[in-house]
Amino acid sequence: MRPASKARSRRNWLVIAVPYGWLLLFFLAPFALVLKISLSQSALSLPPYAPVFDWSDDFRAIVEKLQALSFESFAGFFNDSLYVDSYVSSVVIAAIATLLTLVVAYPFALAIARSSPKVRTILIGLAIAPFWTSFLIRVYAWITILKDEGLLNHFLMRIGLIDAPLGIFATNTAIVIGIVYSYLPFMLLPLYAAIEGQDQALLEAAADLGASPWRAFLRITLPLSMRGIIAGSLLVFIPAVGEFVIPDLLGGSDTLMIGRTLWNDFFVNRDWPAASAAAIVLLILLVGPLLVYERVQLRDEKVRA
Amino acid sequence: MRAGANLARTGMLIAGFALLYGPILLLVIYSFNASRLVTVWGGFSTRWYAALLQDAQLIASVRTSLLVALFSAVIATFNGTLAAIALARFGRFRTRTIFAGAIYAPLVMPEVILGLSLLLLFVALGIERGLWTIVAAHATFTMCFVTVVVQSRLAGFDRALEEAAMDLGAGPARTFLTITLPLIRPAIVAGFLLALTLSLDDLVIASFTAGPGSTTLPMRVYSQVRLGVSPEINAISTLMLAVVGIALLFFAALSRGHGD
Repeated sequence: MRPASKARSRRNWLVIAVPYGWLLLFFLAPFALVLKISLSQSALSLPPYAPVFDWSDDFRAIVEKLQALSFESFAGFFNDSLYVDSYVSSVVIAAIATLLTLVVAYPFALAIARSSPKVRTILIGLAIAPFWTSFLIRVYAWITILKDEGLLNHFLMRIGLIDAPLGIFATNTAIVIGIVYSYLPFMLLPLYAAIEGQDQALLEAAADLGASPWRAFLRITLPLSMRGIIAGSLLVFIPAVGEFVIPDLLGGSDTLMIGRTLWNDFFVNRDWPAASAAAIVLLILLVGPLLVYERVQLRDEKVRA
Repeated sequence: MRAGANLARTGMLIAGFALLYGPILLLVIYSFNASRLVTVWGGFSTRWYAALLQDAQLIASVRTSLLVALFSAVIATFNGTLAAIALARFGRFRTRTIFAGAIYAPLVMPEVILGLSLLLLFVALGIERGLWTIVAAHATFTMCFVTVVVQSRLAGFDRALEEAAMDLGAGPARTFLTITLPLIRPAIVAGFLLALTLSLDDLVIASFTAGPGSTTLPMRVYSQVRLGVSPEINAISTLMLAVVGIALLFFAALSRGHGD
């Protein structure tokens, strides 16, 4: 290495050192710990797990312990229907909610993107603004609306559309409504970006060639916005799977979602190894969609370059 | 046909904004309801706001939240900006993949996992949980957002400016301070505000990393909400919405002023 580039390399590491050190301590080390605790046995102590590795272990002890590693938490996982059910129902609820968010957001994003350029920026700003307000409060607002003695039921009964409350509150339907509402801005923004950037001349050309507006939409606008659809769907689906606040506030006591199961294992049952194992499996579950996301982004970068 | 399309668009816009703002608006309206019941309008009243001022625990939690947000946003902005520079300017360096992975992962990771892993770290290190553990946790999960914002700005401007400064004899530190830093300043400010907002809003990570004496505002609101709907929560919510609304209007006006 030439001295100049060596000096530069040293300088570069000086810049990286602080954020890198921070991430090592507060992000990578904790993960190693989660992995470790997920492999230990639960115990009635504080902290409530029997340590697996010690700093004082010599090599032989480590080998012995490796042989005795407890996969109990993971095995318990697949035997315990609570977890399997939690995962399945988390993924199903998140998938339904993502689809619905897309259905609600698409025409909305389209309407914003097709407004005049001056109005457009203001409208998208207004549509994103709720993102800056408290998530908790936005979810809470739906309790007032959905519960049996809430506004929606009161209103529908007043106008005589129903005789008894709908009973949406504390069901999976309420969770889906909560997710659609809370994550709408995450879907809107990538959709808007994908639609707004399209060349309007394409639609005019399609119309000139005799395509109906609906056909032009299906053949031009929709395929061209596919990138926005994928990005938006992942931005909604991934956090929705691990969501805690929405199922906790809007769901019923029988609602199973993995974020909530993990929380209860941790805070209520105090079974730390089980919670850690749940976290690891959740992570593995999300790696798939993440890889898709990365590939979409890589393709984007290539297209731009 | 044109008129029909316009009508459909206007209708969609009205429906969309009604959905987005309706529930929030209802909260605000009912915070002024004199009656405890949602379905009964007991007349206009500000009694619930007066009740908030008496709530010492609530006021303490606001203070905790503000402190946590401020400290964690400063740390996240510092770390996030340096990380953005490293990713945008240093090309390939050893362990870059791990570095980039650790930075982007919290963007998409469920909060329960981040909270759980950090709590386990604090327990393992024997650190007593309190204000500073929340600060560390928030600084970690908001840092990636700062990095993304600053990195996109760094990628967006002409590197020839930096090269020209270097050619004219400015050292790397001077180039950074006189050329790069002023150019990325808007992104740094935006990243800081984003970190601040995310910290103020977070419930899950704070719940895992907080100690007995350090309850943040979302934690306090959450424990109240679990007990059921109450006009007091509506009043807190309205105040929180008002603060955000005023801040957004302020920045919209500011950025418009810059645009002219």
